Amino acid sequence: MAVKVIIPTPLRVYTGKQESVDLNAATVAEALAGLTNRYVELKKHLFTDDGRLRSFVNVYVNDEDIRYLEKDKTPVREGDTISIVPSIAGGTGSRPAFGCGH
Amino acid sequence: MAVKTGFPSAPAAGKPAAALSKEEVLRYSRHLIMPEVGMEGQLKLKQARVLCIGTGGLGAPLGLYLAAAGVGRIGLVDFDSVDFTNLQRQVLFETTDVGRPKIEAAAEHLRNLNPDIHIDTFETRLTSDNALDILKDYDVIVDGTDNFPTRYLVNDACILLGKPNVYGSIFRFEGQITVFGYSGGPCYRCLYPEPPPPGLVPSCAEGGVLGVLPGIVGTIQAAETLKLVLGKGEPLVGRLLLFDALAMRFRELKLRKNPECPVCGEHPTVTKLIDYAEFCGVRGEEVPTTVTNVPEITPRELKSRLDRGDDVFILDVREPHEYQICNLGGKLIPLGELSRRTAELDSSREIVAHCRSGKRSAEAVEFLRQAGFRKIWNLKGGILAWADEVDPSVPKY
Repeated sequence: MAVKVIIPTPLRVYTGKQESVDLNAATVAEALAGLTNRYVELKKHLFTDDGRLRSFVNVYVNDEDIRYLEKDKTPVREGDTISIVPSIAGGTGSRPAFGCGH
Repeated sequence: MAVKTGFPSAPAAGKPAAALSKEEVLRYSRHLIMPEVGMEGQLKLKQARVLCIGTGGLGAPLGLYLAAAGVGRIGLVDFDSVDFTNLQRQVLFETTDVGRPKIEAAAEHLRNLNPDIHIDTFETRLTSDNALDILKDYDVIVDGTDNFPTRYLVNDACILLGKPNVYGSIFRFEGQITVFGYSGGPCYRCLYPEPPPPGLVPSCAEGGVLGVLPGIVGTIQAAETLKLVLGKGEPLVGRLLLFDALAMRFRELKLRKNPECPVCGEHPTVTKLIDYAEFCGVRGEEVPTTVTNVPEITPRELKSRLDRGDDVFILDVREPHEYQICNLGGKLIPLGELSRRTAELDSSREIVAHCRSGKRSAEAVEFLRQAGFRKIWNLKGGILAWADEVDPSVPKY
């Protein structure tokens, strides 16, 4: 199935500034594996060392949170959009939103 | 998700019936002539008590619109002072405010905008010790803070007190907005059980914010706040609104209450405020997580070596857009490209690496030392220190 993965701003630095990536996959796990194979640097930002999705990164198939579907086994259909939505803390912009202190 | 509208605690029973003066009727006439607000709604606004945590990028438009709309009591929490870099987006402040406490400048401007409302000021950092006491007297809490510990603190305090939390956050040109803890809806921890660990935050090469972005996000927070007070419309509960200013696109995702949420779930394990710095690993604050013990050279030492005519090669590891702001004439190789461009450097020459403040260049020096470079130093304090100690004509950013 051809699906589109939307990359959030904080992670675009690891996808060569691409805003979205088109992939073929049958499940969310396959799509994310395809994505992190293509952009290796992204992997540690999405997954813990033991391969679990990080708790400050949510993944949605269309507008549904996969935690309330079948998690990474959630099937995807042709034309689905997978969104990666990490936690961001910024509010004032005076110091880097994501936590960098420099 | 269907959400019952109507704000439970305003107007509170037993309060004296508020009335609008003739001047207020005129001031709010564009509210009064629309049935969705009307006199009843305007009186609800007048009796409402809203707490804005943070008076920065999000808090500025928020405060302005709440004050203009006639929210009767607005609390402001901030401990910062206005600096020049704030003025690009914090529209509550003027150039003459630079150096003033934000809270003082903000209160003054909001009182000028609307002398009929009451402004409470809390010039303090919100902490686990003071949060419940500060929040308890308000009907709606609006989170305009900028770091993970305070966001979890605000969330937990709102849940413990049963207050709605109008949430907005921004990163560069992207925003997230929702209403937490309202009418049985989800909370921040339902969305994100934990913050990112240290070391997984983007580098400062990825900083910056489009000035208008907090204006848009803060204004949406203001709209949601007014709706909660008025009890009108469909609040942004159970929905996470994503905004991308570059694509100029809004998207909406479903946000569900986590039955196992440690704060608002069926069996909460967090029943009082905790140490949020510890919970977040003190991320969101300045933490020297990286290399510190590389050979350094101070800006003055470098200046005198260059003045002597020593052959010192300057390596700038910042991003090209930063180089355009100011530079020391060094060779530009961004830190992220260094590993594949190492061959462009001559390890037989003396090299001084620098960035903005010295952190990225310390990583560069460490990397190059491991790659066999021996005559390499980090410019202590970066180009900022150079501007302070050697050449005040170099602009700081």
